[in-house]
Amino acid sequence: MVTNVTSFGRSGLYDWVVQRFTAVYLAIYFIGVLGFLALTPELNFATWSALFSATWMRIASLAALVAICAHAWIGLWTVATDYLTTDLLGGAATVIRIGFQSICVIVMFIYLVWGIQILWGV
Amino acid sequence: MYSMHQETILPAQVTQAGIASVIKQIGGFTTDHPPKTRPLAPHGKIDSVNDKRPKNLDLSTIRFPLPAITSILHRISGVFIFAGVGVVLWLLNESLSSQDGFARTLQWLDMPLVKLLVWAIVAGLLYHLVAGIKHLVMDMGIGETLSGAQSGARLVLVVSIILIALAGVWLW
Repeated sequence: MVTNVTSFGRSGLYDWVVQRFTAVYLAIYFIGVLGFLALTPELNFATWSALFSATWMRIASLAALVAICAHAWIGLWTVATDYLTTDLLGGAATVIRIGFQSICVIVMFIYLVWGIQILWGV
Repeated sequence: MYSMHQETILPAQVTQAGIASVIKQIGGFTTDHPPKTRPLAPHGKIDSVNDKRPKNLDLSTIRFPLPAITSILHRISGVFIFAGVGVVLWLLNESLSSQDGFARTLQWLDMPLVKLLVWAIVAGLLYHLVAGIKHLVMDMGIGETLSGAQSGARLVLVVSIILIALAGVWLW
């Protein structure tokens, strides 16, 4: 079986499932947050901070952040392996792609730690 | 798949095609092009150098049908909102930091360029969401035909344009 060392789950089938589970969760989370914002006419600090300091919202938001990282890893891997290729970029393509993916992973880690700090700092 | 084709292969090609077929089957993947229609190199494998099938992977010379455009927009919006997560976290951090921070965030959001950026992120998110839902619907086997894919792509564009316009009205 051909595997790719820079994909998320090292297996296309596993990535496929993770991509869909995280997609459904993120859809629910963002529709919920956008719905809350749209249906709260005069949003103030008290309501806003009460929402994000609730334990269930911390759990839901951290789960969303983890889901974003997994979903983005798979999506950006797909984009990188489709467009940052030797066909398009020549011999340096692999180095460029690994560099791009490394930056993406670092950004994901920053988002994750920063997000935890924001959520538990409320 | 190949066993069906092997019956009709000329005797001189039987051995080569048979070897190629076995190699492919062991390799575990199938192709729509049975070995008999493709040139074989002396070692019995498919000769990709002399394979005359047209192949064009140069995206800049391909005319994109509508489903291809919605697909590439799904990717572009995905990369864009990944960067946008940083902006959203920054706004979230500021808005939750304190009463003053919350007031500052509202001031930021009133600046035209910031508002435009937030709208762009929300627009990317809404498009990615709608196109993603279409993906899941197609995973269930709905709209997989050529005409189904085209009307699905049209539906994605129409619904997301309406939602993006509504988000603009809401923000301004």
